[in-house]
Amino acid sequence: MKNSVISACRRYADDRTRLMDILLDIQRELKGIEPAAMDRIAGRLGITRVEVEGMVSFYTFFSNRIKGDIVIRLCSDIIDRHAGGGEIAKCFSEALGIAVGETTADGRFSLEYIPFLGMSDQAPSAMIDETIVTCLTAEKVRLICSRLQAGVAPRELAAHTGDGNNGHPLIRSEVVNNIRCAGDVLLCPVPDNAGLMRALQRRPREILEELEESGLTGRGGAGFPTSRKWRVAADTGAERRCIICNADEGEPGTFKDRVLLTERAGLMIEGMTIAAYTVGSDTGIIYLRAEYAYLRSYLESLLRARREQGLLGKDAGGKRGFNFDIRIQMGAGAYICGEESALISSCEGLRGEPKNRPPFPVESGYLGYPTVVDNVETFCCVARIMDRGGAWFGGFGTGKSTGTKLFSVSGDCTRPGVYELPFGISVRELLDLVDAPEAAAVQVGGPSGEMINESQFGRRLCLEDLATGGSVMVFSRRRNILEIVDYFLGFFVEESCGYCTPCRVGNVFLKKRIEKIRKGLCELEDLDYLRELGKTIAMTSRCGLGHTSPNPVLSTIRNFPLVYAALLKERGDGLQASFDIQSALEESRRLAKRRSMIYDPNYDEG
Amino acid sequence: MSKQFKFEIDGIEIEARHGQSIMQAADDAGVYIPRLCDVEGLEPQGSCRVCVVKQNGRVVSACTQPAIEGSKVENETEEILGYRRDLVRMLYHEGNHLCPICEASGRCELQAMGYRLGITQATKYPYLQPVRPVDASHPDIVLDTNRCILCGRCIRASRDIDKKHVFEYVGRGIHKRVGVNGNKLADTNVELKDRAIDLATCPVGCIIQKGRGFFAPIGERQFDKKPITLGVGPGKGRGKP
Amino acid sequence: MKKRIATVSLAGCFGCHMSLLDIDERLLELLKEVEFDRSPLNDLKRFTRRCDIGLVEGGCCNEENVHTLQEFRRNCDVLIAVGQCAVMGGLPVMRNAIMHSDDPLRECLETAYLNSDKIYNPSNRIPNDAALPLLLDKVYTLADVVKVDYQIPGCPPSGDTLWNTLEALLAGKPVALAYEQLRYD
Repeated sequence: MKNSVISACRRYADDRTRLMDILLDIQRELKGIEPAAMDRIAGRLGITRVEVEGMVSFYTFFSNRIKGDIVIRLCSDIIDRHAGGGEIAKCFSEALGIAVGETTADGRFSLEYIPFLGMSDQAPSAMIDETIVTCLTAEKVRLICSRLQAGVAPRELAAHTGDGNNGHPLIRSEVVNNIRCAGDVLLCPVPDNAGLMRALQRRPREILEELEESGLTGRGGAGFPTSRKWRVAADTGAERRCIICNADEGEPGTFKDRVLLTERAGLMIEGMTIAAYTVGSDTGIIYLRAEYAYLRSYLESLLRARREQGLLGKDAGGKRGFNFDIRIQMGAGAYICGEESALISSCEGLRGEPKNRPPFPVESGYLGYPTVVDNVETFCCVARIMDRGGAWFGGFGTGKSTGTKLFSVSGDCTRPGVYELPFGISVRELLDLVDAPEAAAVQVGGPSGEMINESQFGRRLCLEDLATGGSVMVFSRRRNILEIVDYFLGFFVEESCGYCTPCRVGNVFLKKRIEKIRKGLCELEDLDYLRELGKTIAMTSRCGLGHTSPNPVLSTIRNFPLVYAALLKERGDGLQASFDIQSALEESRRLAKRRSMIYDPNYDEG
Repeated sequence: MSKQFKFEIDGIEIEARHGQSIMQAADDAGVYIPRLCDVEGLEPQGSCRVCVVKQNGRVVSACTQPAIEGSKVENETEEILGYRRDLVRMLYHEGNHLCPICEASGRCELQAMGYRLGITQATKYPYLQPVRPVDASHPDIVLDTNRCILCGRCIRASRDIDKKHVFEYVGRGIHKRVGVNGNKLADTNVELKDRAIDLATCPVGCIIQKGRGFFAPIGERQFDKKPITLGVGPGKGRGKP
Repeated sequence: MKKRIATVSLAGCFGCHMSLLDIDERLLELLKEVEFDRSPLNDLKRFTRRCDIGLVEGGCCNEENVHTLQEFRRNCDVLIAVGQCAVMGGLPVMRNAIMHSDDPLRECLETAYLNSDKIYNPSNRIPNDAALPLLLDKVYTLADVVKVDYQIPGCPPSGDTLWNTLEALLAGKPVALAYEQLRYD
């Protein structure tokens, strides 16, 4: 233990801001970070153990007890569940002889759930150490388990590799891209470095103007104009600036960045380099979610190759005085780190909690330097805009939402996958493309977005109407809307960082009430309770997670009122429907070995 | 001397210096904005959200939001009071706040906030009733995190004033709690004289000093006669009350 | 016509009832306006007819509490939870928070009757007479079990608090308590 800790700390020069990397290395090597290891890390870094504990207990990929040599993580996302995830969990459980959440006695395997793996288009899926397995069936699970038990390494599991770069020697994954519709901006064939070379011939001011003309907005979903963000970072006086690519795609149902990272990583790095040149940055970070660790070596190799080609490093792209390099920061399992300031906290070796704003990251971000955080897709768009021009890009889409957008479509349709389409396409048009004739409900923008009903399928996917980071989940009539709502709330409860009161506590209350409604224990007035509670959470929370976490409830009350009406009762007797005297007495009956004189009608027979 | 400007809180004109938060400017002007996680002398945190106000129509936490020249801030409107009641109730229901048996009763800021906001009526919020073990290992101090409202005042006091960093948040979401630098409090270098342990630091009865219970008789406790406001309360208020 | 009031103490200590007596000579004034139906104050064990106001002290820790509370709800137009136990469980609710085992009710009973060195119980048995009401799995607040129209917190609420509340309710006015009259302890 001692040596592992010391060498991990040394690897990062005992730098407290690299605590994420230190902990990731130690977790990988020792399979857990026990209190004794925390003590030692704290000693090396000159911090207290409870700070280390705060980190370890924040991220789901860290553990304060030793896990199995191989950790199997099952995606528990609603799409995976609908695809038979429960059955798959049972198969793993049986094959390994442990329940989910346990480690085998011989210490070889741990089995657990993770909230979202990013493979909804090939569900059910799981992550075995860093290897992804998809389209799981009972038979496939049994085969996987027997091979693992026979000593096959997880990365050797794939019988065949997926299409495109999934077959690259550094990826070798069975994941498939499922590119169903390649548009004119990102998924069509794109030339290497054309955008970067053009950008480097221009002045930063001209690049900003071009971007402004393109109308490009952040692809994460919030839709903030990219040029404005960059301009503030460029205009804020500082000795250093930082460019961060947010590859922490964690919104359930989103997987388009996975495809971009696999097939258009070069374009993304180009975009980052252009950003660095434009705002005057020397430091770039790709924040890669832990679930996509299988792409890391490949991305590292791209960065290496670009350094060798002179596209990164000193005088990058041959531009004298432009020094810029990129490192990859791995995440460790926390949805909240998709929020830009939480992501920055994480890069700084802190708990992934959002920061107070102002100052905004573009003014004071990573280590206090002005920082531009953009989504993978946004950076890819930037590179294309520099190549083809802002006017060309602005020609796609609608007035406020220009360009094309990558949609990740999953759920009850025959053609799940990634669709690159101009902004402004209607939900119905998309449903036709994905072949979802039975669609009865569509969740746009993931759990934090909106669930719409059939009569709303004419609505358009764009900032003016249904804003989305790209997640589109299709649900047929067979699905139970409240089960989905319950799952989404469970996701937010699990993923809330807990920093502020309304999000930490309020979401638990929302979920508890939905659970009761599902059991038929609620009344009509409970809808007012949900609406009011939802409003308080949305209005008073500190960051986007809490601002949007009541959406599953609020949007379904609006758009699926009958689902609620069917379960809610109007009682006239003044008793609480949710109180069940029979279950409240169960324990007592058992212990006293007698029945209730009041509540058991046939008491005398007992 | 930094630049002065003016803005409004509930129609009252307030002077502020550049760089001041809404809270600081309000405190200086003698206008009270309710708060739990913010306390004089510690970095504002913006986590309890009780100090939410509307600044030009946007809900923000007064302790972290800079005052803006010419802005209109709503502090005591029905909407804002409604949010504050909900937030204080959430904190009540999240922990075990058994006022009748709590040593901090009468000087508890959470309780005082309930009084100030006139919280009497039933909510539909469920009681979460945590069952965390009480840490009484330290000779002078008891830690009952079932009463903790996660304001983080002890964390900041220990880190920034005592320079010990004895406390820190551990866990996430609803499992988030205040952890100590060791297996138990007795393992740490915390001392009774630390700012983190000062009665003014913990707003509730989570950090309790042994041998000092119930020192003020009922009727003479901090909030028995006067509502919590500027200058009434431990270390409350940055400026003149 | 005089309003009818019923009162009861469930899982409480009768402290709130004592507090009601603390309104002192104002009791006479109260009796001019109200008539007490079922209440320990007059030892009436059953409702004689429907009541306008029910004052309930204490939460619910056993089946009899639940039954009585449900009867109060059925027989009273306005149901008022009086005191901290009725409002949020009070001292009895501590049992919900101190039980750590998988078999919490057993742990509770064994601690109370067998395992504590403060207990004199030569029979070494947990009382289990057929006449004893069965305990609930945990302590419930009044609002957990029935709809509650109004709450008066306090442990106990002072005589003045009770008086002011009742006076306002009887007059059909909104309840306005002075600062010192709202207490959670």
